[in-house]
Amino acid sequence: MGSRASTLLREEEIEEIKKETGFSHSQITRLYSRFTSLDKGENGTLSREDFQRIPELAINPLGDRIINAFFPEGEDQVNFRGFMRTLAHFRPIEDNEKNKDPTASEPLNSRTNKLLFAFRLYDLDRDDKISRDELLQVLRMMVGLNMFVSQVLRMMVGLNMFVSQVLRMMVGVNISDEQLGSIADRTIQEADQNGDNSISFNEFIKVLEKVDVEQKMSIRFLH
Amino acid sequence: MDGRCTHAVLLLLCLGSCLSLTPPAQPFVRQEKASGLGSNSSKGGLSLDVPMALRVFSVDYYHVQAPFEIVLWIMLASLAKLGFHWSGRLPAVVPESCLLIMVGLLVGGVIYGVRHSAPPTLSADAFFLFLLPPIVLDAGYFLPGKLFFENLGTILWYAVLGTLWNVLGIGVCLYGVCLLASGSLGDVSLLHCLLFSSLIAAVDPVAVLSVFQEIHVNEQLHILVFGESLLNDAVTVVLYKLFESFLRLPVVTGVDVLLGGCRVLGVGLGGLGVGLFFGLVAALTSRFTSRAQVIAPLFVFLYSYLSYLTSEMLHLSGIMAIVTCAVTMKQYVEANLSERSNTSIQYFLKMWSSVSETLIFIFLGVSTIQDVHMWSWAFVCSTLLLCLLWRATGVILLTAVVNKVRRNVVTFRDQFIIAYGGLRGAICFSLVFLIDDFPKKRLFITTTIVVILFTVFVQGMTIKPLVELLEVKRRKRNLPTVSEEIHSRLLDHLLAGIEDVVGYWGQHYWKDKFEQFNQRYLCRFLIREERQARSSIVRVYQELERRDERADEEHITHVDVRCQTRPHLLEEMDSIRRILTRNLHSFNNKLEVVTKVALSNIHHMFADVNILQKQIPAYSRHTLHGTPAAEGRKPLRRHQSLGGKHSPWSQEVPDLSHYSETYPTPRNRRRPIKTTRRSRGLQGQTPQPRTFMLGRNNSLDPLEPSCPDPQKLSYALDNKT
Repeated sequence: MGSRASTLLREEEIEEIKKETGFSHSQITRLYSRFTSLDKGENGTLSREDFQRIPELAINPLGDRIINAFFPEGEDQVNFRGFMRTLAHFRPIEDNEKNKDPTASEPLNSRTNKLLFAFRLYDLDRDDKISRDELLQVLRMMVGLNMFVSQVLRMMVGLNMFVSQVLRMMVGVNISDEQLGSIADRTIQEADQNGDNSISFNEFIKVLEKVDVEQKMSIRFLH
Repeated sequence: MDGRCTHAVLLLLCLGSCLSLTPPAQPFVRQEKASGLGSNSSKGGLSLDVPMALRVFSVDYYHVQAPFEIVLWIMLASLAKLGFHWSGRLPAVVPESCLLIMVGLLVGGVIYGVRHSAPPTLSADAFFLFLLPPIVLDAGYFLPGKLFFENLGTILWYAVLGTLWNVLGIGVCLYGVCLLASGSLGDVSLLHCLLFSSLIAAVDPVAVLSVFQEIHVNEQLHILVFGESLLNDAVTVVLYKLFESFLRLPVVTGVDVLLGGCRVLGVGLGGLGVGLFFGLVAALTSRFTSRAQVIAPLFVFLYSYLSYLTSEMLHLSGIMAIVTCAVTMKQYVEANLSERSNTSIQYFLKMWSSVSETLIFIFLGVSTIQDVHMWSWAFVCSTLLLCLLWRATGVILLTAVVNKVRRNVVTFRDQFIIAYGGLRGAICFSLVFLIDDFPKKRLFITTTIVVILFTVFVQGMTIKPLVELLEVKRRKRNLPTVSEEIHSRLLDHLLAGIEDVVGYWGQHYWKDKFEQFNQRYLCRFLIREERQARSSIVRVYQELERRDERADEEHITHVDVRCQTRPHLLEEMDSIRRILTRNLHSFNNKLEVVTKVALSNIHHMFADVNILQKQIPAYSRHTLHGTPAAEGRKPLRRHQSLGGKHSPWSQEVPDLSHYSETYPTPRNRRRPIKTTRRSRGLQGQTPQPRTFMLGRNNSLDPLEPSCPDPQKLSYALDNKT
């Protein structure tokens, strides 16, 4: 398959990645082989096209945003370090890590950092706030036009706002952005505490405090 | 309340005395009977006496003796259960099983006192053939499929290895005790000890069910203990039969032991296979029942029972067969049968299993009063101690190993409850009676009874305070907020994507594979044509039609004091969640239809009473509110005003004040259709680690899958052909 000598992983690199991300040696090697299998151009970095070639990712509603999350600001290529740094967010939190030195910098897979990762999926412009528009965009992507109906229905039961509109909708079919907008409004309303009509990171954390994020956002990487 | 209590007790005593006064089952020579009025003295024509005169009133008890007594027993059991629920604070402290055993003891004592002979005992045949199957069937039918399969590895680990550990440990140690106390226990051989330990070590599903359903621990813990109690039947059956046959063999060789080991596998898998077979046949049969809907529920029961009997006949594990059968056929049967049939199935299952359980416990109490007791302090106490000890160590060791592989770690508190919740019950009791007779058999019987009573009473009564003391994670009761929903959804999508990037083939991969297989082949074959819904849109139409029927017909306002649920809401949310998991590929026409159809049903979704403060029991003996799929059909009244702040329902709906503080008041208060909003909190399930797979045309869980589930508005917009 051609010489990959230039892209072989060196021991020092593995050590550095281990320190930075907390993955074990075998996990890093395994992920490296995954990295190289994705890297069709064999140049040691992944481009967006490489990611888009993954079939299931292509049909994931948030596929584009997830791919974007791998790439640092403004760049088009991600090397193995960056790849691992992103994946480190999804490492399960281990008990022995919880008792670490509090002055050391937070590990990448801490709850806060996990939530920050999720937050950044919404917050494209990186202004540390999820505006109504950004929320709306994600809603549109996730829910999609005809899933919207079910989502609306679900909201319906919880909310009491759309009844008349819904009844109107029975006649016509156009689902306006208005409906989605109401959902977005509702979401912001639940979270917003300082009244700026957008969700800051702290408000985001607060809203999800009952959700077991550590469990939800963890993949058990095989050893 | 006291008046009712005494009332109940009096009634029971009356019944008890009736039962004791029924003559023992040896028929006397037929006495003179009146021959008037179509009497039935023509039985066999062997009446010795010539009727002296016409009698206006006569009693012919022997004619009806058997069914009469059976009915009396069942009546006793049911009245005891009623009395239990009416007896004020007692249910909160004492688990039902304890009280029933006590009633049984009482009745047994009365019978003994009157007749001066042992009361009827629970015959092993009656137990295994008639009393146990309904309970296990009920358990299997309402098994929370997703949770069960996710934890299947752990459950099997506990069931197989844990039971083996317990059996061998207890058996060997007991033999040691017998050797030490060789004065009184010298004639108990190692094989006897092993035989005894094989039946005493197994956790009993009936006892576990009846105790655990009252303590409401988190679902994961519940399914671990309960699943283990179900699946260890295979091991127990094999070991018991193995040791029994060893006892009959003159010599036991190593080959025999090895064969025994293979048998475990064979028995388990055999039971599984039988169950699968009958489940699929049942599903197929249910496909054709559209023209005879009244007897459709019967097939469910018949096939399940048949699978149980077949596997018992082949010496396989009957429990595993019946559970597999129920689990397999459930989704297809529910899709094929009408609403009413489904409801009747559930009601009957609940009823039978309830009666069965009550009868079992009462008989346990009655059978304790016997002549055959043999007591030995050393044996009994050491058995008790060893049971506890070995279970504890077994659980700790096994959990230490399995935690390395599990995502949701089993905490120490959970482990304690698992170890402590290992209750023994009627299965041990029946098995001990089946042992071939030998001098110390009575000792075994006594010890078994003591162990059962100890576990049920002491462990059963103290487990609830312990759960509270240890602050074991309980079932969550609240429903998620809108934000939580959306963000959780986002996280699910995100994790699905990351898993794809990493190329991770975990649980979800296999789940997906199964889903596809299910959808492609099984559903096509086993579900009725018109219910299959070539397109999900049609499915939605059918579902809505069904709901229309339902809403117009039924009228049950359901208020269950203990478990108030909001099944439809959860169903909706589930179905919507399911939909959110799918990807859509073609928009336009589907969109139109779905919108129209779905929205026409909105008012159905609104009409419900108790949305707030829901407990969602994973499995409940007393109500139908099992998994969302098994929720009782709540009748929806159209245009019914719900518990808004100014509605007459507001007294019944708690927590509204909090609610209206947090959220702005609804815009349209005067509309006839209202909803209440849910309070904050999480849905009644422990958070699942990544239970979601997007983009693979699949739904969340393997057993409530893309197959049309009539309870759910499955807007499954699949992209299949």
